[in-house]
Parts: sequence; structure tokens; C-alpha cells
Amino acid sequence: MATAARTSTGGGGAVPSAGKIFQFKLVLLGEAAVGKSSLVLRFVKGHFHDYQESTIGAAFLTQTVCLDETTVKFEIWDTAGQERYHSLAPMYYRGAQAAIIVYDITNHESFNKAKAWVRELQRQANPNIVISLAGNKADLANKRMVEYEEAQSYAEEQGLLFMETSAKTAMNVNDIFLAIAKKLPKTDPAGSRNPGQTVNVNTAAQNVEAKSSCCGGSTGATPANAAPTRT
Amino acid sequence: MDEEYDAIVCGTGLTECIISGMLSVSGKRVLHVDRNKYYGGDSASITPLEDLYAKFNAGSILPEMGRGRDWNVDLIPKFLMANGELVRLLIHTGVTRYLEFKSVEGSFVYKQGKIHKVPADEKEALASGLMGLFEKRRFRNFLIFVMEFDENDPKTWKDVDPKRTTMNEVYQKYGLDQNTADFTGHALALHTTDEYITQPCGPTLARIKMYQESLARYGKSPYLYPLYGLGELPQGFARLSAIYGGTYMLDKPVEEIVFENGKVVGVRSGSEVARCKQVYCDPSYAPDRVRKIGQVIRCICLIDHPIPNTNNALSTQIIIPQNQVGRKNDIYISCVSTTHQVAAKGWFIAMVSTTVETGNPEAEIKVGLELLGPIRQKFVSVSDLFAPTDLGLESQVFVSKSYDATSHFESTCDDVLDIFKRGTGEQFDFSKVNHTTLGEE
Repeated sequence: MATAARTSTGGGGAVPSAGKIFQFKLVLLGEAAVGKSSLVLRFVKGHFHDYQESTIGAAFLTQTVCLDETTVKFEIWDTAGQERYHSLAPMYYRGAQAAIIVYDITNHESFNKAKAWVRELQRQANPNIVISLAGNKADLANKRMVEYEEAQSYAEEQGLLFMETSAKTAMNVNDIFLAIAKKLPKTDPAGSRNPGQTVNVNTAAQNVEAKSSCCGGSTGATPANAAPTRT
Repeated sequence: MDEEYDAIVCGTGLTECIISGMLSVSGKRVLHVDRNKYYGGDSASITPLEDLYAKFNAGSILPEMGRGRDWNVDLIPKFLMANGELVRLLIHTGVTRYLEFKSVEGSFVYKQGKIHKVPADEKEALASGLMGLFEKRRFRNFLIFVMEFDENDPKTWKDVDPKRTTMNEVYQKYGLDQNTADFTGHALALHTTDEYITQPCGPTLARIKMYQESLARYGKSPYLYPLYGLGELPQGFARLSAIYGGTYMLDKPVEEIVFENGKVVGVRSGSEVARCKQVYCDPSYAPDRVRKIGQVIRCICLIDHPIPNTNNALSTQIIIPQNQVGRKNDIYISCVSTTHQVAAKGWFIAMVSTTVETGNPEAEIKVGLELLGPIRQKFVSVSDLFAPTDLGLESQVFVSKSYDATSHFESTCDDVLDIFKRGTGEQFDFSKVNHTTLGEE
């Protein structure tokens, strides 16, 4: 099938003429240090750092996936470290249509935590959310502590998409996002996540910002990994 | 927890979350804790509805109230002024990206037993049923004067000195009667008492201008309200703080603020002590550093119809000026509904609130409750208001004020900016928030 993940150029400007654009909020969950941010950076930027800072430092990143008939734009939210002491805000799950729950195949405890996140999402999130499970660090198979079959049978039981991934080698990274993009229901066109009219506070303020700020209006000029880092 | 931080913030109410975000953005190492399992403290929106019933020991919810999870009920009613300080903070910090807002549909004011739309521009003034024909013309002239007034340009002053002329003298100059002065001072300038009348007019004229400018932003009213309730605001600022490195711990009791030689050195939870140079907290975390300055009564009302005489508005504010009902403080009514994802389909949440003046606060809000039509369920609370006993400069413990009876967040933002300035010795530098890294790529 002629499908591929490709880099967006921001603002959804580089979208093919054919097909509708659907925008979805996707949240990442999982224990600290399983590689959540690395997976996203590999998917969005195509690169990997062995010593990724523990927060991604961005509000959220976006990436577009082109399917045959449609284009799916993901708005990807990182936990910003708030999962560390079980202090994720409900706002995080709010309106999420997809989630990737990540564990580390070399750490069995992280798999148990992943199961707890699945239960949490089933309890808290939108009932139609598409959940996928990613067994990350598949490049470290010689240190494996979670068997592929164990995770796969759990995922089947719970109705989750499942893949083992490696942010380091890029194995299955695009594929898992693509699988989610295919599974998401394409009923609401982009931007209609909430019913009724909302006001765009940012748009209305642009004039104000342009006057008062010297750095405004250049969204996308700086790479995300230049964001503030944890000190 | 046994680490050292620049600042420990206790409580995740809106004030503390904004401060936490500002400190993290400014490069401070921040630990933010809350004794509760949820974000928001007093500024949380309670969900599911069963939790609100449990909080007030009110029995169980009615079957027609739908799923409890569809409700997010604020404990403190407020709206955002579209052109106000909180919106400025939201925009400059990029927190607007996490939130969606709706414009509040109606802004009404009470006069002699009836409610009227608040006229904010000359056209509305001429159409308003609030005033007689000649009074309308006088009020229109007054509005035009305010719109053109520029504190920095004496040519626009028309013999009014913003620093010397009292507001009462301005009313007299334009020949406005008591009723017009009431809704101008209370429904446009949003004063809660009449103290402003004998004070210089500059600040009041600025407030009326803010109302007009806020209205001009989105049309129907000058107020905004976030989808899913006000509790989204502290969560948004907490996320900002976390993105800039802030550490979050909920469900963490704070037993003691630890001092050495009169200066704070840490916070103790159980046997753990997190060390820090400063503490920022709400009054409940520092009961011996605050004094009671008053009380507010708030009555949450669940109703299954719009407020009568508001043109079926899905969201409304009604102000009852104190003079109209023989009080010193205004009574506020706010109403939000399904359209804001805070109530089940067909339901409205109205809140009547005011500053307590007597020993029988429930009787004080009766006039407000009577405007609502049939009420299916009421939850009444009377809360003490606290203010810090000192500025915190010696102890380095900066305590915020309780959320007051005003209908918007302007006083909360004043408190935030003042605390930030006392704590850091500088004004918050908005340019430290780098939108290109915060944002969408």
C-alpha cells in the first residue's frame, strides 16, 4: 500500500490536494525512562540521542501521516515528567483520541506499569480511544525481560494494537503511528474535536503580541530539542 | 523528595500554579506539592457529580442528571475578562494551547426587581430599557467620553483630571442619575462596593475601558469561560511548569514548613524534608501566617432550564448592584452549562455569591436565588477569606490571598504578579517564554 509517514512543515500547509485532513490528539504514557520522548522525536524529527533529556520541553509536537484517501495530523502530547509521581492532570487525557503506552522490554516492572496505564485510560479517557502498546528498546533484545508473546497475548486480550519498537534503530516507529492512523475513525474533519463554537484566544491576540514581542511570529524556526532542559 | 529546590510551591490552586509556571520559566528549580489527589485546590472543578454530592453530604444524584462524569462543577465562580490580565498571562505563556474557551453569552444587571442587558456601547445604550430617553442620551455622551479618554493625553480629559476628579463628580458632570451610576460602577467598572465613588476617577475609567475593549474582542459579552470548567486553568499552568522542569507531587501531605533563624529552609512531609530557599503557598498551608479578612457565601444551584429573562442564554452573568438591594457588596450570579462540557445535556450550573455582611448569609443571597426559577439542587458554602499577615520578605514564605467574591480573575492576577515580584525582586519577564520552543512545530 502506498502509505508513508512524512514530515510536516507546520500549520498543515504541505498537505496533498486529495483527501481530507483529520487531526487527532495522541498522548504518550508509560513509566519514566522507557523512551516515550525518544519515540516521538524519532517519529517527528527522525533522530535519536542516547542521552535524551528527561523532558521533551515542548507543549506538543505535530506530525502528519498520509494514508491513501486521507491525511492524519497527530498532535502528540508528552507527559512533561508529570507521570513520575503519579501526578498527571486529567487535562492530559482530555479529548485524546489515541494513546501509545510504552514499556521497556528490558524492564518487567515497566510492563506492569504499562498495564496499570491501560486500566487508567479505560477508566478515565474517552471510551473510543485507540490504545496501542509499544515494547520499546527492541534493539536490546539480549537483555530482554518481557517476552514478545506475553505482551502480545495481553494486547489481544485488551484489544490493543501492539508492536515492539526501537527509537534507536527506528524499527516499527513509523509503523506504529501509521497503524494508529489507520485505526482511528475518520468521521470528524480536522478542528472539530469539540462541539460548538469556541473562540481562538491566540488569534485575537496576535496583533497585541506582534507589537510587544520581538520573538513572536516565527513558529517552527527553532528545533524542539533546543527547548529548555531540566537542570 | 529529599532534594534541594529553589522554591517549593504548596497547593495547586490557580494562583500557585501560575506562580509555579513563572518560576520554572524563569529557570528556578521548583517542587510543587498538593495534599490532595487532584489538581486545583479551591479552584478545582469537581467531577464526577457524585463527588460534589459527597462533599456536601447531599445524598445521591438524580437519574435525569445523566452520567456523573459529564459534570465539572466549579467551587468558585469566575469568568475571564477577554482583555484582562489572566488572558494576557495565558497567551504570553502559551498555556492557551491546552485550553478552549467560549464567550459568555449574556451580561445582565439587576434594577428594581428586573434584569436588563448591560449596555456597553452607544448603540446598546440607546436601545436599553434601563434608562429613560433623556438619561440614555446623557449616558451615551458619557460612554463616548470614556472611549476617547486617554490618561496620557490631557486633550481627551474634557476638564476631568484622572488623579483629582472623583467618580461622583464625573457622574454629576454628565448628569447621570443613581441607577445609571449603579450599573456603570458595578456592571461595567465591576466594583464590588461603592467606595470608588469618592475616589479619583482614573482607575474606574480604565476599568470601563477594559470592559469595552473586552467586549470588542469576541462580541456577546466581555467574559470568557474554558471548556471543562475553571479547573482546567491551574492544570494548564502546572503543565507549563512541568515542561520547564518543575517536579509535581500530588497526594503529598505537608506537615510543616521548616525554619532556621526565622527564614524558611524546607518543607517536611512525613519523615522527608525537601530543602528550599523559598516557599509559595495558599493560606491553608500556612494557617499561622494569615488573618481572616471576611467571608464569602457561594451557592451552587443545579437547574434544568436557562435563567429566566436571559434570552435562553447558555451562559450568563448577572450583577446585582449593592445599592439596588440595600447592601454594601454586590451579589453575583454566574451560569454555565452543557455547552461548556460542565453539565449533562439540558442542565445548567448557576452560582450565586457575595461577600457576607450579616449573621444570616443565606438570607443575603435570597434575591439572587429568586431570579433563577425552579432550583433542582442547592449546595451552600460559607468560606473564610484569608490574607497573609506579612509580605514574606524575611521568612521567604509567600502566602497568597483567598479567592475573593469578585466575578473575574483580575484580583487573582494582581496577587500573582505581586507575589512574583516580592519573591524574585523583579517583574515577570514574558520574553523568557520562548514560543518557538514551546509550541507546535
